[in-house]
Amino acid sequence: MTMNTEDTAEITCTVNGERVTRTVRVRQHLVDFLRGELQLTGSHLGCEHGICGACSVRVGGVVVRGCLMLAVQADGAEIVTIEGLTDSEEVADLQENFVARNALQCGFCTPGMLMTAAELLASGRPASREQIREFLSGNFCRCTGYHAIVDAVEATLRQRLEG
Amino acid sequence: MATKEDLIRLERPNSYIGRNLTRSRARRAVAGRGQYTDDVLMPRTAHAAFVRSPYAKARIMRIDTAAAKEQPGVLLVMTGAELAERCTEPWVGTLTCFDGMKSAPQYPMAVDLAVWHGEPVVMVVAETRAEAEDACELVEIEWEPLPPVAEKETALRPGGPVVHPAIADNLAFRKTIDTGKVDEAFANADIVIEETFEFGRHTAVSLEPRALLADYDKGTQRLTIWTSSQCPHMIQAVFARTLGVPEHNVRIVAPDVGGSFGLKIHTFGDEVAATAAAMALGRPVKFIADRLESFVSDIHARENRVKGRIALSKEGVIQAVDIDVLSGAGAYSQYPRTSVFEANQILNITAGPYNHKEYRARATVVYMNKVPTSQYRAVGHPIGNSVGEALVDLAAEAVGQDPVEFRRRNVIPDEAFPTTIAAGIKLQDMSHTACIDELMKRMDYDALRAEQAVLRRQGIHRGIGIAAFIKGTAPGPSGYYGIGGAPIASQDACTIKLEPSGGVLCMVGVTDQGQGVDTVMGQIAANALGVSMESIRVISGDTDAVPYGGGTYASRATAIGGEATYQAALALRAEILVLAGVLLQAEPATLDIVDGIVVDAGTETPRIPLSEIGRIGHFQVAELPNDVKPVLSATRRFRLTDDLYIFTNGIHGAYLEVDPDTGFIKLLKHWVVEDCGRVINPMLADEQVRGGCVQGLGGALYEHCIYDDAAQLQNGTLADYRVPMAFEMPDIEVAHVQNPTTISDLGAKGVGESGTGAAPAVVMNAVNDALRPFKARVTCQPMTPEAVLRALGKV
Ligand code: FES
Ligand code: FES
Repeated sequence: MTMNTEDTAEITCTVNGERVTRTVRVRQHLVDFLRGELQLTGSHLGCEHGICGACSVRVGGVVVRGCLMLAVQADGAEIVTIEGLTDSEEVADLQENFVARNALQCGFCTPGMLMTAAELLASGRPASREQIREFLSGNFCRCTGYHAIVDAVEATLRQRLEG
Repeated sequence: MATKEDLIRLERPNSYIGRNLTRSRARRAVAGRGQYTDDVLMPRTAHAAFVRSPYAKARIMRIDTAAAKEQPGVLLVMTGAELAERCTEPWVGTLTCFDGMKSAPQYPMAVDLAVWHGEPVVMVVAETRAEAEDACELVEIEWEPLPPVAEKETALRPGGPVVHPAIADNLAFRKTIDTGKVDEAFANADIVIEETFEFGRHTAVSLEPRALLADYDKGTQRLTIWTSSQCPHMIQAVFARTLGVPEHNVRIVAPDVGGSFGLKIHTFGDEVAATAAAMALGRPVKFIADRLESFVSDIHARENRVKGRIALSKEGVIQAVDIDVLSGAGAYSQYPRTSVFEANQILNITAGPYNHKEYRARATVVYMNKVPTSQYRAVGHPIGNSVGEALVDLAAEAVGQDPVEFRRRNVIPDEAFPTTIAAGIKLQDMSHTACIDELMKRMDYDALRAEQAVLRRQGIHRGIGIAAFIKGTAPGPSGYYGIGGAPIASQDACTIKLEPSGGVLCMVGVTDQGQGVDTVMGQIAANALGVSMESIRVISGDTDAVPYGGGTYASRATAIGGEATYQAALALRAEILVLAGVLLQAEPATLDIVDGIVVDAGTETPRIPLSEIGRIGHFQVAELPNDVKPVLSATRRFRLTDDLYIFTNGIHGAYLEVDPDTGFIKLLKHWVVEDCGRVINPMLADEQVRGGCVQGLGGALYEHCIYDDAAQLQNGTLADYRVPMAFEMPDIEVAHVQNPTTISDLGAKGVGESGTGAAPAVVMNAVNDALRPFKARVTCQPMTPEAVLRALGKV
């Protein structure tokens, strides 16, 4: 990272496999950077204070709240957003199950929900409905009542474990 | 009008009606490609932020914007007084159908008196939102704080503080429904039970906050507003009238909407301000509410205290119900829908499933220095159902009957409909008894009671709740909006067109916020027309594209918009068959359309595909006789005529566990059996019910806008205002009894809100069932652990 002035700095990071270099305001959070600078609008903002999970993105392989991280903190990091996750087809089965089971209504929580669920799926371990609910309980969904989301994650987990 | 054959087609086993189709918008959203208002980009967009009142009530003595104007990036600073000059006239949130209702005139931002904590006072527009927020910090306002009205209980006290000098008594509205012999019925009753219930304020918390992007083109005098809205035409009318732009010059586009729940049927002052800024600057202006300002500016709902009484014979027959509602509105009645619907609906529906003949219901709605209240999913129903069903449970207990058996004996039997209930509303096509039977099967009620008894002996306190309900859906024009004078259509419309390719465009006035309205309209049109879903495109949410309509509110999209779509598709079908008859020299009545091909009725021998009809009807018109002039388009509108609403009914069951030491409530299972008439897409209907239930459970257990004595909101963050998350919520089993409404040909009733309307009632009954051995009772919502412990006498 190069500090240009007190207010801005130049960062370089990898976003969805592409290397990007940008001058950012040091106070800009990661999702404003992704949405505003890179026009990756799949990551959403529901609270900007770390509760709702709509801003979940993967940084260095771990799902983080993009609203609680500054863009400058992502200097040198590997970032994956819902756009990248989709293109990689890592969760194509989960996305298919979300659609088939109608595990989303307005879809505003969905990118974050998929990010979090992807982490559960990647662990490769079986999980009960109760455990799925617990894993997802940092992601607020106002529309679905969660039941269908749990169904979709459960179905994907089952399909993967059954190979 | 649908013919007998049309109706038979609705029932065909391979029909699109009753099929679980998935949504194309869902496919887009899972890829992160949804397009919400904040995702819409316009060149040179500026951003608005607001200075809001830190006081519940205060006079604005002086505003100094000089320093803010000097800030880098700042384009415009506008005070409430400056904005008022750009507006035609203030809003007055009354409807003429609410006799005697009063509300103070309201400008989009406070002019010289701020009346709630969070009211917008000054707008700053800058190149970026961050710069606008920085400059907001530098706006200097000299305030004279005044004593606010902080409690509904004391709002009417003479000599106390008033919200607006012009309304000296703080009274918004009073209404009474009275069958006439209520006192007599109570005097003659064997048993009378009384209880008082308290319901806290909560708010919608759509995950996508309110959002707007306004652009004014001075050349064409065209105002375009992209906004996260349920009701584009209403927004068009309100913004046009408020800002003095002809309505036909205003285009409202609702892109993807990230949750709405009634919140986004409203118009808000900050949105008008941002639009005025776009007009003043000649540049697009975006305003995206952040979560903190959402809590103090989005409408609130549900703050009510209800005293209820129920009169019984010793055999357990309900004789009379009497309720007295004190409803706490905010500082203004929300324009143009008003803040009195909640109380009005409580009066309409409380104890609505039951057969008592005497009913008195009084409502008093008072103003307070708090965020304005208005319509939030299932307006009034969570309260009316909680009160009615709690009284019914108490009644059952008093006569020693099981709550299910008591309900079975007291509901209006299915065969008695149509009938007029004690509240004076005509109901038809109801199925209380059938719903009770289905619920008992699904819950395995007797086994659950047995399990409860066993566990109780082990010190585990489980509760089983039952709550029946009625729900007003799809309001007609004779009740409120039409007759009350608001620019809100209760009618809705569909325009359907056959394109040259044989594809079908279906433009609807109702809107989709993720419920699947577009898919459902497509299913209805595909069925009526006889084409595949793939050949239909449904267009909604753009006033330039769709026929005038009310949009989506009050569970009306499928019931009203669906019927308009059904009739429009039947009309287009009739025209296609006439044209096919000309081309084939056949009687239209001998033809049918199946899978996009005109066939001989009966044998289904293919005759001519719709792509040929489209091609000839649009291009090869020279082949037609001169007097045949194809339109290949139809518009139909639908409204209720004699009815206030299309009422639905149903019953919920709940199973939960209460920890008497901590007051914690663990929800174990939730059941819903409901009758929304003909179900078009069972999966989407079920998900409406499930999502609705969880919203109701949130209000019943966690959600609360807490105000202090100075009417300051204490918990306006998502960290402090608790919403239901996955871990706390139960699985929800949903079943439908399908009793199509006779009000329309399609037979669909509304489904979007009933879950929210009844879930609070059933958990309250279940909690109290769990607490019964302790002779304790919770009568407030949210039922926090503290409320449970208080009921148990432990705190
Ligand atoms: S926007 Fe980041 S947690 Fe809500
Ligand atoms: S689908 Fe709307 S918030 Fe989850």
